[in-house]
Amino acid sequence: MHHTSTAERILRGFLLTLVLLFFLFPIFWIFLMSFQTNEDILRIPPSLFFTPTLENYIALISGRLSTVAGDLDIAFMRNLWNSVLLSSLSVGVALILGVPAAYAFARFKFRLGENIAFTLLSFRFAPPLLVLLPLSLYFSELGLSDTYLGLVWVYQLIALPLILWIVRGYFEDISPDIENAYRIDGHSWATTFRKIAIPLARPGIAAASLLAFIFCWNNFVFALVLASADKQPVTVGALAFVTASGIQYGQVAAAIVLSVTPTLMLALYAQRYLVEGLSLGAVKG
Amino acid sequence: MTALELNGISKSFKNDEVLSGLSLSAEQGETVVIFGPSGTGKTVLLRLISGIYDPDDGDIRLSGSSVIGIAPERRGVGMAFQNFALYPHMEAAENIASPLQARGGTSAQIAEKVRDIASLLKIDHVLSHRPKELSNGQKQRTALARALVAGPKILLLDDPLRNVDAKLRFEMRLELPRLLREFQSTTLYVTQDYKEAMALGDRIAVLLDGGFAQVATPEDIYRDPVNLEVAKLFGDPTINLIPGRIVAANGGTHADLAGSTIDLGAGYAHAAGREIYAGIRPEAISISQTASEGALPVELIAVTPLNERVVMLLHLADGTEFFASAPEEGAAGSREHGPAFASIDPAALLIFARDSGQRIQPQTSNRQTV
Repeated sequence: MHHTSTAERILRGFLLTLVLLFFLFPIFWIFLMSFQTNEDILRIPPSLFFTPTLENYIALISGRLSTVAGDLDIAFMRNLWNSVLLSSLSVGVALILGVPAAYAFARFKFRLGENIAFTLLSFRFAPPLLVLLPLSLYFSELGLSDTYLGLVWVYQLIALPLILWIVRGYFEDISPDIENAYRIDGHSWATTFRKIAIPLARPGIAAASLLAFIFCWNNFVFALVLASADKQPVTVGALAFVTASGIQYGQVAAAIVLSVTPTLMLALYAQRYLVEGLSLGAVKG
Repeated sequence: MTALELNGISKSFKNDEVLSGLSLSAEQGETVVIFGPSGTGKTVLLRLISGIYDPDDGDIRLSGSSVIGIAPERRGVGMAFQNFALYPHMEAAENIASPLQARGGTSAQIAEKVRDIASLLKIDHVLSHRPKELSNGQKQRTALARALVAGPKILLLDDPLRNVDAKLRFEMRLELPRLLREFQSTTLYVTQDYKEAMALGDRIAVLLDGGFAQVATPEDIYRDPVNLEVAKLFGDPTINLIPGRIVAANGGTHADLAGSTIDLGAGYAHAAGREIYAGIRPEAISISQTASEGALPVELIAVTPLNERVVMLLHLADGTEFFASAPEEGAAGSREHGPAFASIDPAALLIFARDSGQRIQPQTSNRQTV
C-alpha cells in the first residue's frame, strides 16, 4: 500500500494551486478585462472591483468601435467566421489527404517513402516568411491570392505534416494481424481500411485534427501576407484594435475570449476520443 | 480430392531464406500438424497459404486450383492467429460474425450461426463483451469461432493454444479433434509442442531448416524418425543418444557404446565399422537390480517423479549419462540408488550415423515377413 502523509498532501495541493494560478491567471484577468471599460483597465492600481459592462462585446458583435477619436468600423465577426472556415476547411482537406498517406507510410515500404515523409515534415522547419514572399508572387500570378482556396492550400503546410506524422504513429501501433485477419475473413482492402484501420486510429486522428485546428487557428503570418481584410482571420483582424487613439484593451480582451471559445469547445469535445484509444487491448503482447 | 497442395514453395526475407522448395499435400478433412522449433517458418507457411505473403517460388493449390496472386479475401480460408488478432473495437459476436458478413446473408441468419458456434465453443455468455473484457481462454475461443464459423475448406491454426493456460490447453487438445471433424475442414495446425502435435495430427510434418524433414503419422514419427533432429524433437525426457560404433562379430553385429555392448542382430551388417549414435527412448529401457542377459551394468544416480511416471538418471560404466523412465508402480523395486542393470528393447533401438545424423535402417531383406 502506498501511504501519503498529511504534509505531503498539503504540499502537493499547494504546488498544484501555484501552477494553476500561474497558468490560469492571465486567462482569468483577460476574462475580467473583457467586461471593463478602457478607463477601468488602465486605472492604477488595478482593482478587482468594477462595474461590469457588455460594451466591448456589443462593439465587437455590432462591428462599431467607438473611440474618443470617433467611430470605427471593425469586421471582427467576419474575421471570426473566416477563422472558423479556414481552420475547418484546412483540417478537412488535410485529413482527406493525410490519413490515407499516413496509412501508406505506416504499412508499406516503398522507394523514397521515408524521404517523402520527411520532406513533408520539413515544411514545419522552414521560416514562413521565407516561403511567403515567392509564394505571394505565384499566388497573384495564379489568381490565388486573397482567395479561401489559396489560403486553405497554404494552411496545408501547417496541417498536413502534423496529421500525417501523428496518425502514422497510430497506424503503426495497430497490429497488422488485425487487418490481415479481417481480410482473411473475406473483406476487401478498402473495407478493412474503413472498418479496422480508421476506427482503431481514431484517437490519433482526433488528437492530430485538434492540434492542426489550433495551429491553423493561431496562424498569423500567412493570412497577413496573402489575404486582404475580408478574408483575414481573427489573429490578423485583432490588429484593428490598435487605433490612432490608443489600444482598445477591453475589445482586445473580449475578442480573445470570443476567439478562444471555439477551440476550447472543440478540445472538450475531442477529449473523449483522445482517452478512448488508450484503453483498447488489441492483441496479446 | 486433394484439398491443399504445396509445390516447391520458397520464401525469403531480405537475404534470409525461410522456406525452400517445400511440398506437401493434404486430403479433405485431414489435420496436418506443422511442427518445428521456433523460427523455422511455420507461421510464414500459414501466411503464404492465407495470402498475407506471396511465395517467391512454387505453387499453392486449394481444391485443385492455384491461388497464387489471389487476394486473401478471395481464398476462402479460415485462420486463427497466435496473438488472437481480435478486433478490439467490436464485441465478441461481431468478431465472430465478420466472415459471415463478408459472405453475405441476412442478419438473422448470421446471428443464428454466431450463436450456434458460440455455444459449441462455450462462449455464448460473453458474446456482448469486447475483447479486452475477455479472459485469454475466451479470446482464444472467440478467435477459433471466427475462423470456423463460415465453414472454410482450409483452416489454418497458428499455435492457437500458445497463449492459454495449461488446463485450458489440455481441454482444447481433447475438444479440438471432435470440433475439426464436425466441420470437415482440412486443417493445418502449427505448434511447437510435440504433445499437441501427437494429440491433434492425423499426420505431422516436421519443419526443419526450411523444408519438411519428415511427414508421417504421429506413431511413425515417434517410432521411426528419419534423423537425429526429428528424434530429438519428440519425447520427454528426450531420446538418449549414446555415442558408439557398430562392430561385426560372430556373423552378427553389436554396438559398442561407451564401454558397454548391445547386440544388434544381423540387420546392421552393412553398417559395420561406422561411428554412430544409439538412440534409445527412456521408456524402452527397463531397470532392474538383477542382471539378465544383454543387460548393461549401470549406476542409478537420481530418481524424479514426472506425472504418473518416474524418470531415472543413470550412468554407464564410463560415466555417460542417460535417462530411463518407467510407470511409477513398476519402478518401485528399482528406486535404490547405486548399481543396477538396464535392459534395452532391441526393437526400439534407433541407430543414427554420427557424421550426418541420418538414420541407419536395419536391412530387412533377410527377414521378410509373409
